Formats: sequence, structure tokens, C-alpha cells
Amino acid sequence: MQDEVRNKKYNSYVEAKIAKTHAWPSLFNAFWVGGLICVFGQVCNDLILMWFPSISTQSAWAYTLIIIIFIAALLTGLGVFDKIGAFAGAGTIVPITGFSNSITSPALDFKNEGIIFGMCAKMFIIAGPVIVSGTVASMIVGIIYLFV
Amino acid sequence: MKRELGQQTVFFKNKPKIIGHYSIVGPKEGKGNLREYFSEIEQDDFFGQKTYEKGERVMIERALEGAVKDANLSFDDIKLFLSGDLLNQIISSSYAARKYDIPYAGVFGACSTMAESLALGACLVDGGHFETVACATSSHFSTAERQFRTPLELGSQRPPTSQWTVTGSGADIISSKGSGPIITCATFGKVADFGITDVNNMGAAMAPAAMYTLIAHFKDTKTKPEDYDLILSGDLGKLGSEILIDLMEDKGYKLGLNYKDCGQIIFKRNQNVLMGGSGCGCSATVLNSIVLKKLITGEYKRVLFMATGALLSTLSAQQGESVPGVAHAVVIEGEKNE
Repeated sequence: MQDEVRNKKYNSYVEAKIAKTHAWPSLFNAFWVGGLICVFGQVCNDLILMWFPSISTQSAWAYTLIIIIFIAALLTGLGVFDKIGAFAGAGTIVPITGFSNSITSPALDFKNEGIIFGMCAKMFIIAGPVIVSGTVASMIVGIIYLFV
Repeated sequence: MKRELGQQTVFFKNKPKIIGHYSIVGPKEGKGNLREYFSEIEQDDFFGQKTYEKGERVMIERALEGAVKDANLSFDDIKLFLSGDLLNQIISSSYAARKYDIPYAGVFGACSTMAESLALGACLVDGGHFETVACATSSHFSTAERQFRTPLELGSQRPPTSQWTVTGSGADIISSKGSGPIITCATFGKVADFGITDVNNMGAAMAPAAMYTLIAHFKDTKTKPEDYDLILSGDLGKLGSEILIDLMEDKGYKLGLNYKDCGQIIFKRNQNVLMGGSGCGCSATVLNSIVLKKLITGEYKRVLFMATGALLSTLSAQQGESVPGVAHAVVIEGEKNE
């Protein structure tokens, strides 16, 4: 009981002691880097539609995603993406670049532990929960949609 | 917490000495504040190996071999090898020990391992059980990051309270014969847990343990903070050492300018390490570079070296448990004092 009081006091003391970081610089960097990625995606999409008129709009989006995913994976492999991510934060995590990075980086990390139980198994340690919750959410929405 | 603080210190009568030491660090540490003091700076993060884990092993081997050489001994003279590190089942130490034909005892105190192994080694030598004992520890940024945190190439931002694991290893040879700085006493610390659950705030989690050990030490030895040329904590970092100063002040001890933290001095401010360095290698390489060199030259006469460790695992953290800390301290005095 005495310890609980002490721990509570200590935790609030530590909380107050932590230097408050300013959110604005991080938000600004996230905004412009994220925005730039979106602009790049739009440019890709428009160029694909312009150069290949036979491609449907939907397929053009798919190709755009593939291109961005590939670039993010490549930059991860080259060891550049983590530096951009440390600077941009949510700016690179929220677009599909973050998803690509979250799968490529553990795959790279665990390649020494073998292809099957290392790379393939550990590839989803970060993206896995996202995929699961996305799938579950779409199932729930699907069931609701069925009855409404 | 009912027990009186104190009675945790062992006093050595037979003058166990540190007759050889060696420190080896990675490229980032090699650009830090202490670059001219390290015995060896390796530019390859892999230490010539295929994996970071194997690299860390090589780092311990080089540190141990360097320390043995520094003591002008051969491996036949080493009667026991005490070592530990941060990886699961302390594989870096045990696999490094596999290479040598000497008895090995693994120790684990997380980042407090350097002080723990020195304290144990000094006890064994002082008690006359062994003539010469080798103590070592290591940590590697990339292996620790892989085990405790996120993949290396993940593009995420580090929390502002986090610290940077030092890539480095330090080794000491303690002997009853020969010459070198003397370990005069050792204070073994109790595990303290003040309920910090944030694994990215190790400094705050370890500071209470450091406070208990320091107070026990001052009470047992009847000394005051100003009796030491240097009071060195292991890897509390900027926040942790500020907390320690506050906690000590509450208990009536004022830590002055002679108090420093290895985590804060090893890197330069512009090296983007947030609260500073951490890991077993942090205290080990600082002790085995600048501190021992200055003890040998006589610039420091009496140093209180206290390494702090956070005794968590990824499992305990995921189960929401708080982070217990521990701190062990040894007093090292220059030989020229007598």
C-alpha cells in the first residue's frame, strides 16, 4: 500500500520532469513530406493514364500503389527510409510507404534466422496486427451492410 | 523497504587490482567525446562477421584478448572469466567464452553487468580463491534494438526519453599480483521498482535503484559525495541522472559537479542520441577508457563507479509489468595514493 502511494508519486514526478516536446515542427515535417508523397502518387497516376489510355482508372491506382510500395521497399533496403522516417514521422508512416517499410524492415532484419522461420515468419510482426484488424473491421462492416 | 539501508558493502583487505583493461567501440562511439581514450575503434558495425550477434561476440573476444595483453599475461594465467551481456541467455558472452580454455561463469545484471562482474571478481580475488580473474561485458546497438525494440530499418521516430545502446565492450583483469588501480570496496544493490512501465524511459526506472545503492554505500563507508574525485553512474542518461540528483537531495545528499553519467559523456550532443547512451557497453567502455587511464596517471584518486541495470525482458514488458532496476557500485582508487 505504501509502495503504491510512493510509485504513484514517483510516476507523476517523472511525468512532470520529462521535457515537453513541441508538436509543431514534427507536424509540419509530417505534413509536407506526406503531402509530397501524395503529390507523387497523383503524378504517377496521371502519367499512367496519359501514357496508357487503355488502362482503367482503377488499375491505374493499383499500378501507382505498386510503384510507391516498390520505391519504399527499395529505400528501406538501401538503408535510407529509416532516416526519412525519423524526420517525417507520420508523413511516411500513414501513406502506403509506411506499410511497405513495416514489412520490408523485419524481413531484412530476420534474414539471418532462415528464410521460412526467420524472414517469412517475422515479416508481419509489425504489419500483421494492422492486417488482422483491417480484415476484422471489413468483416464487421460487411455483416452490417448485409442487413442494412 | 522496512530494512535499514546499509550493510551492503564488502571491504577488500588484500587490494585486488585492475592490472589490465581494454575497451573496444563501434563507429558511432568512435566519433563521440571519448574517441581518443578508447583502446580500439572498429569502423565495421558487423566486426567482420555475417550477423550483428556474431559481431558482438567478436567484440568481447577482442576486448578480453586486449585486456590480457595489457596485463602482460597469457590466457593460462586467467583462472576465471566472468562476463554477461544483454542478449537472451547471454549468448555473446557464453559463445565468446567457448573460444578459450578457461573456466567461465556467466553473470547477468543487464546494464549493471560491468560493476557486478568487477564486484564479484574483486570478492573472489580478495578472498584468495582465484589469483587472476577476467571480467567483461558488451552491448551492441543493432542486436539490442533487434531484440528489445523495432527492426533496424523501420522508419519510426524514437521517443524523446529513449536512449541509444552503445556498441562496445570492455574487459578488465583483476589480480592480487601486479600493479594497477585498486578496488577497495563494492556495494551490491537491491532491486528497486517504483512502478515505471514505460520501456522507453529506462533512466527513470533505474534511478531509484541507483539512489538506494548510493545511500547504502555512503552509510556503509561513512563517506560523503565530496569524498570522491568522480562519482560515475552507468547509463541513467540525462533524465535519469537529473532524477537521481533530485532523489538524493530529498535524502540529504548533494551530488555536485563530481557526479557524471557515462550515458551523457560518451556521445556528443549532436549525435542524435536523445537522453544519451545506454547498455552494458556504455559503462564498460567509459570505465575502461578515460576513467582507468586517469586513475593510472593519478588525475583521479578515488572513483565511485556505479552501473545501473533495468531488469526487464520483452515478455515482462508486453505483459504490462513495470521495470525493476538494480545498481552495483565499486570504489576504485589509484595506486599512487599510498
